[in-house]
Amino acid sequence: MAGVAAWLPFARAAAIGWMPVANLPMPVAPNQKNKRQDELIILNVSGRRFQTWRNTLDRYPDTLLGSSEKEFFYNEETHEYFFDRDSEMFRSVLNFYRTGKLHYPRSECISAYDEELAFFGIIPEIIGDCCYEEYKDRKRENAERLQDDLEDNKDKKPPNMTCRETMWRAFENPHTSTMALVFYYVTGFFIAISVITNVVETVPCGTSTHQKEVPCGERYTVAFFCMDTACVMIFTVEYLMRLFAAPSRYRFMRSVMSIIDVVAILPYYIGLVMTDNEDVSGAFVTLRVFRVFRIFKFSRHSQGLRILGYTLKSCASELGFLLFSLTMAIIIFATVMFYAEKGSSSSKFTSIPASFWYTIVTMTTLGYGDMVPKTIAGKIFGSICSLSGVLVIALPVPVIVSNFSRIYHQNQRADKRRAQKMQKARLARIRISKTGSSSGFLHSKRNGLFNDPLELTGSIEDEQQLSKSTSLLESQHHHLLHCLEKTTNHEFVNEQCYQQSYLEAGQNYQSQSPSLSSQEGMTGTCCTRRSKKRHSPLPNSSVPSGALMHPLELSTIHIQPHTTSRSSLNMRLEEQHPLNCQSGGKVTTAIISIPTPPAANSPEGDAQPPAVPAHHQNIVKVSAL
Amino acid sequence: MEPGPGRVKDSGKWQKPRFSRKALMKCCLVKWIIASTQPQDKGSFDSTRSSDSDLELSTVRHQPEGLDQLQAQTKFTKKELQSLYRGFKNECPSGLVDEETFKSIYSQFFPQGDATTYAHFLFNAFDKDRNGSIRFEDFVIGLSVLLRGSVTEKLNWAFNLYDINKDGYITKEEMLAIMKSIYDMMGRYTYPCVRDEAPSEHVDKFFQKMDRNRDGVVTIEEFIETCQKDENIMNSMQLFENVI
Repeated sequence: MAGVAAWLPFARAAAIGWMPVANLPMPVAPNQKNKRQDELIILNVSGRRFQTWRNTLDRYPDTLLGSSEKEFFYNEETHEYFFDRDSEMFRSVLNFYRTGKLHYPRSECISAYDEELAFFGIIPEIIGDCCYEEYKDRKRENAERLQDDLEDNKDKKPPNMTCRETMWRAFENPHTSTMALVFYYVTGFFIAISVITNVVETVPCGTSTHQKEVPCGERYTVAFFCMDTACVMIFTVEYLMRLFAAPSRYRFMRSVMSIIDVVAILPYYIGLVMTDNEDVSGAFVTLRVFRVFRIFKFSRHSQGLRILGYTLKSCASELGFLLFSLTMAIIIFATVMFYAEKGSSSSKFTSIPASFWYTIVTMTTLGYGDMVPKTIAGKIFGSICSLSGVLVIALPVPVIVSNFSRIYHQNQRADKRRAQKMQKARLARIRISKTGSSSGFLHSKRNGLFNDPLELTGSIEDEQQLSKSTSLLESQHHHLLHCLEKTTNHEFVNEQCYQQSYLEAGQNYQSQSPSLSSQEGMTGTCCTRRSKKRHSPLPNSSVPSGALMHPLELSTIHIQPHTTSRSSLNMRLEEQHPLNCQSGGKVTTAIISIPTPPAANSPEGDAQPPAVPAHHQNIVKVSAL
Repeated sequence: MEPGPGRVKDSGKWQKPRFSRKALMKCCLVKWIIASTQPQDKGSFDSTRSSDSDLELSTVRHQPEGLDQLQAQTKFTKKELQSLYRGFKNECPSGLVDEETFKSIYSQFFPQGDATTYAHFLFNAFDKDRNGSIRFEDFVIGLSVLLRGSVTEKLNWAFNLYDINKDGYITKEEMLAIMKSIYDMMGRYTYPCVRDEAPSEHVDKFFQKMDRNRDGVVTIEEFIETCQKDENIMNSMQLFENVI
């Protein structure tokens, strides 16, 4: 609407095309006595003077510069409006009025820009598409930065935490308290000890030459056993404490870290249970392998390990595909090598699976040399194999690297997805503000601002009241829509009213009021509605019989146009009838607080001015009997 | 003038083609070679060529006649013309309004309904020379009639609007189209609901009032005569006197 304010006079003039077809008289045009000739106004922003037409600013009446709010900044001596704001950013604000498009100047700080927009009453959602993405990106970055700062300051312990919560917090964020830190380092130390023990256990430290060398584990069994026991004790206690402190035990038990913990300590207990049982000692030995999983417990202590694990997890599909293609290559080359080397004697390539080893070693450029081709064909294919291996192995590295960086950008992608939703929200907001004009019209109708009688009474304070609530542009636009209503003999209503009336369609109600006789059988309309609280058109009636309410309507009182539309009070008799789609319903309620409409007594509008403000005030006060 | 290669002189005697540069240029083979070696962007990219020509069309700028001439043709003052032109130029920098822009501008005033059909009729009423675009002169002349013209002139303009094929008669079909477009502007959410028969009923009422000799069409004389007798219409004609 705002961008075409210049065309409003044209639209109004073109409304003359409706006049010959209208059967009803048109409402009076809003008073233009206060209309000034279009003049240049000076906007002094921190010393830099901008000049523009007044009409340009009036295009957007819901902003600071377009409304009467700017009068607060008017400087009488210099006849200009002074704003103590940034003049650089004011340029884009003013250009918005001039061109209808709001641009975001990239050199400006995002929060400063937001503040300027908020000051001048412009919503950032109307930034043009050319600049909107940049604006949103910068805003998000800023928000993330602030969020990070906030998290860094989150060290203050919230009061009234239970013992359990304290423990959990200590476990998750070791730097929060000294006890947690101590615990953190102690467990780390013991993990290290346990891993070293496992390693050293197998080192041969035999001394006697006549005995074959024994690993230290068998030599110092008791010592190692004690060490192991101690570590497992610590780990068990730690696990149990975590289990106790976890807010959701079930979820904790399912988490990777707890599984690692369990796997780390289980072998010990299983070993305790089945000691010296020859049959399962083999299995027991295998179990000891699992002790090495204790090293994974370090991942709680190391952020890098966690990211690595997450990376591998996230590029699992790429790695899987690569593994697949590698397998294909291995099978192909192994087959080729096998058949190539079949001829040569004492060849190590005894079978295709045996050639697999050669292929893998060659493709990864390891080249142990335990299997080498001897025939010429074998050598040729062997060289092809190693060359292609270089290529194939070189592929996963960028994949992993790119995945690693992708993880960092992944949260940005999630934000973009959120931005898509924001896009919809943004469009919705713009749409709402644009349809504000139509709801503005209905709102004005509600407040009875089509004040024909005011024109007749010409009371000054009422005019002022009028001009306070709507700008001239709005009132002219509303007048135009009102003319259209009169032309077609239908009225604009809110969507909700429409829905409601549609629901009640098919239920015809006869008017109960004798004054509202249906002349033209409008009860046959597709959707009859309850009375819209129309006042009686009869001049002699002093009863607000028009203020009829159906119980159902009470719930929607706040959205329905009120009967006390002043224009309806003074409408002539014959035109009242077609419009009053008949006041429906069993009239069970009455409006108590509405004063006797003074104009009902005198259609010529000797509406007493004192009643006018009271009238407006009482518009929404309704009670039901 | 030297005969080009292959060109036979009128005398009938075949002359040996002279191998001069001019003659060479006339050879179609040479011409083709030269044409194909022209800058590639001209030859191979038809899309850019058409988009260039599109650009050319869209940057056609229309300058209105001078202020004095317009002042003579219309009943506006200089200041009013200036103010009108500023608004016009702001919305249509090229100086011309085409139908789509016109429709979109007009639709903004009627957010609840569909104003495109009525805007189409309005466009035709303003676009006197039917060239598909409204210039500032058309715009201002039309406005002058609507705002500063006499009642007869305004009624004439309204008649012109209703008479879609400009044959001097308003038929029921034309009026029905106009009426439907007006009702379309109301949109869905009205009270009471717009029934399907509402436009045609309105048209019947209109014809009842206007068509004196009951011949099924309304002529300009009938129209003006009836309107002048109707007090409502006469009053409403004066409604927008001081819009500018």
